[in-house]
Amino acid sequence: MEKHIDRRAFLKLAGIGGAVFVSGLGLLQHADGIAAARALYRGNEADGEDFFFVQLSDSHWGFSNPAINPHYGTTLVRAVEAVNHLPQAPDFVVFTGDLTQTTEDGSERRRRMEQFREIAGRLAVKEVRFLAGEHDAALDEGKAFHEFFGPSFYTFKHKGVTFIALDNVSDPEGAVGEGQRRWLAGELAKLSRSAAIIVLTHLPLFDLYPSWDWATADGGQVMELLLPYSNVTVFYGHIHQINHHTTGHINHHSAQSLMWPLPAPGSLPRKIQLPWDTRQPYKGLGFREVAADRRHSRYDLREFPMAEAAK
Amino acid sequence: MRVPHRMVVTVAAMAAAASALAPIRQAFPASTAQVVHITARRFQFSPSVIHLKRSLPVVLEFTTLDRKHGFKSSLLGLHTAISPGQTSRIRLVPNTAGTFTFHCDVFCGSGHEEMEGTIVIE
Ligand SMILES: [Cu+2]
Ligand SMILES: [Fe+2]
Repeated sequence: MEKHIDRRAFLKLAGIGGAVFVSGLGLLQHADGIAAARALYRGNEADGEDFFFVQLSDSHWGFSNPAINPHYGTTLVRAVEAVNHLPQAPDFVVFTGDLTQTTEDGSERRRRMEQFREIAGRLAVKEVRFLAGEHDAALDEGKAFHEFFGPSFYTFKHKGVTFIALDNVSDPEGAVGEGQRRWLAGELAKLSRSAAIIVLTHLPLFDLYPSWDWATADGGQVMELLLPYSNVTVFYGHIHQINHHTTGHINHHSAQSLMWPLPAPGSLPRKIQLPWDTRQPYKGLGFREVAADRRHSRYDLREFPMAEAAK
Repeated sequence: MRVPHRMVVTVAAMAAAASALAPIRQAFPASTAQVVHITARRFQFSPSVIHLKRSLPVVLEFTTLDRKHGFKSSLLGLHTAISPGQTSRIRLVPNTAGTFTFHCDVFCGSGHEEMEGTIVIE
């Protein structure tokens, strides 16, 4: 029997309050984070083509300012444990960049990557995919990242969905660049116009807030390549908060950070790291599950606040 | 004076985008302009506050003391890379009074987020 996410169970959870669910069609619903997802998956164990993966982002391993995050040494560890305690293991986990906090010292960068890789290795999943952020890759054009995590742009297929990981950070100007765009055009040419495509990247591919570097220098040209395809969704990181945006028919979803939250675009004069709130620990930090509902060509997002996951 | 080819393209493109705001105009005879020199290094511009006069043509001249940086003001529609061993120039005529922020748009290290400044047009 074909497995699909139980829409009725899913909708029943709406309105409880907590995590935000967003469908690939832009519908917003609310439900009670982890508990809700547990209930949902329990009744849904048949095998089939639907699947889900987890997106973790911006763990900034090596950051160590306790005023911003007093649990800087354990937040990533706890997120990994929370993923391991999900009622059903995701098919895979993807880290959308800024795995490590930037450092000018190449050996320290490698030390951070090694520690990060060790912690990510505790994920009890078959597959973990890594993307770079500018903190990982911009100072050495991705050299250390490649040593530890392999290529910084690549494709893979999973249960009928083509995933395309794009690198817009190894160039310190935040561009994908002509060479990679040519590669992308070649990869897209192999697909039908209605193929299910998920693009994974670090920086937003649209101009979210360019004065805060919340853009990709040649994002417009990348979107031009993607727009002829009718079933494309983008998941990215970098902005340390959830944001949903649509370019034509393409939805972009950013993920929360596992180290510090950032203000909403342009809401403060400066892009500052939002300090730790002792009354609301882990506020603004979290990770997400993406459930691919293949029959309806949609993705249901479940946001897991670290405040709950760290309990 | 040699203006890097790339910069000319960038400025022209950004000028079109900025025309709605129109705080600046970018065509004028070079000889009449005042020159403001700005140096970039990790992680600051100096000066970080640039005072300009309305209607007075100016050339902003950039060099870097260490690595590659960038100068970008989304509000003014100005952008140039600042590469070692090169002088980048932006010519403009400020049209509108106001305070406009700029920042480094080349990720240059741990203090990159703080590398910014303001242009004050009086
Ligand atoms: Cu980033
Ligand atoms: Fe980040």
